[in-house]
Amino acid sequence: MTSNVQPAMTEATFVLVLVSLLLSPLAIAGVALINTGLGRSRSAAQALLGNLAIVAVTTIAFALVGATLAGPMGGVGHVFHLSGKPWNWLGTGPLLLSGLASAPAQTQLELLFEFLAVALAALIPWGSGADRLRLTAGCAVAAVLAGLVFPLLAHWVWAGGWLSQLGGNFSLGSGFLDPAGAGTIHVLGGLSALAVVWVTGPRRGKFPQGGFATAMPGHNAVYILFGCLLALAGWLAFNVAGAVLWVQAPLSALPVAAINTLLSASGALAATFAVTRYRFGKPDASLCANGWLAGLVASSACAAIVTPVQSLVVGIVAGVITPLLVEVLELAVSIDDPSGAITVHGACGLWGLIAAGVFAPLGGQLIAQLVGIAALLGLMLPFAYLLFWIVNRFVPFRVDSDGERIGMDLHELGGGAYPEFVIHRDDSYR
Amino acid sequence: MKFAGVLVMPAGFFLSIAALVLFPASNAAARTTFVLCGLGVEALGLVVAVRGHMEARGNSRQ
Repeated sequence: MTSNVQPAMTEATFVLVLVSLLLSPLAIAGVALINTGLGRSRSAAQALLGNLAIVAVTTIAFALVGATLAGPMGGVGHVFHLSGKPWNWLGTGPLLLSGLASAPAQTQLELLFEFLAVALAALIPWGSGADRLRLTAGCAVAAVLAGLVFPLLAHWVWAGGWLSQLGGNFSLGSGFLDPAGAGTIHVLGGLSALAVVWVTGPRRGKFPQGGFATAMPGHNAVYILFGCLLALAGWLAFNVAGAVLWVQAPLSALPVAAINTLLSASGALAATFAVTRYRFGKPDASLCANGWLAGLVASSACAAIVTPVQSLVVGIVAGVITPLLVEVLELAVSIDDPSGAITVHGACGLWGLIAAGVFAPLGGQLIAQLVGIAALLGLMLPFAYLLFWIVNRFVPFRVDSDGERIGMDLHELGGGAYPEFVIHRDDSYR
Repeated sequence: MKFAGVLVMPAGFFLSIAALVLFPASNAAARTTFVLCGLGVEALGLVVAVRGHMEARGNSRQ
């Protein structure tokens, strides 16, 4: 076992980070609204209740198991030695958050950040499983993510684990940089979404025999777009808090990090707006919302590292990737992802991590970022897929065909989100 | 086929780690190439898994 030295934190910094973290649930609220709006009206109440339940389940699972495995930044960890270098692979935090009240201020803030981060990460696959993923299955996925998968990665990246030590051990820049969770929250969430979609399958009627994929647009563009505005506030808070906690950014660097976040989202929205207008003749509201979110996701990796112009470029690239990849996944690869999470959180999170390596001033940073990406793709995706495949044997992910036909609200909750609306026949059921 | 693809992906990860263990910091080109090869193997595994998913979908279209 080994321990890492933790830098001291001033009172002003503590207050700033605490206030930021208290605002960051707005990102969770934004993603929850987007998830709900992109699903169908007959599953809206189940979708929003699922978001709430997932936040509750992740909080409990992380408190009971995850926080121990993630471990605090200054704490001890399980280490093995390979080629003369220490590989810190698992944290050993206190059981059941014991002694938290007397822990250093920074440790408490880091833990609060991780609680909020894991809740956001677990909402991402829920959006991809919309309209057919059962509530209990969504909660089981969230528990697995919060109890096993996320803590491993959080320890590697944020709590002195081997990825954060790549700089000291192998002269790779500052080690794997992920100040606000582009990899730890969003890529992990996006890859988990892919695993959930693989296990669950597409919505009934999405890919009819002998035809193109059926368009199943989201039921409420207002939820989606308002969710984007809420997410902006939460992302600003996440990026500022993450910059202080994980890369020790000085207070004077925080306004730039916030401006970079805004620039990245704006660049992404402008790019998606232009691409969809060019492709379809008119801008697409839900894809533009996805573009905005993709810019925010990409900024999570590099807002605290890059210059404003570089941040704009990062956002523009994310905004171009989003509509094109959403279309490829649906039409060419037969992946039914109602919220576009695999593209928005997975692919654009990966792009953000690469951009952080490309634009970082230290040599070797790009290799450190690529090694982190290799860990995400090569370990986390198979691990998540294997766990979800096992969980599906005990808690079936997919609702039965009758439940899918009448909608998740009536089937799982016994009542709809909009009881005064007349539900029309859906032409996609053929 | 999907499982085969998913099982290939960790091999790519270990290739990337081997780059750090085998090559010193001074040999940045070899390190970079090895890490990229590891990512290439992961991409290959992902493609195989996605192909497996597409085949399964093709068999169960409704």
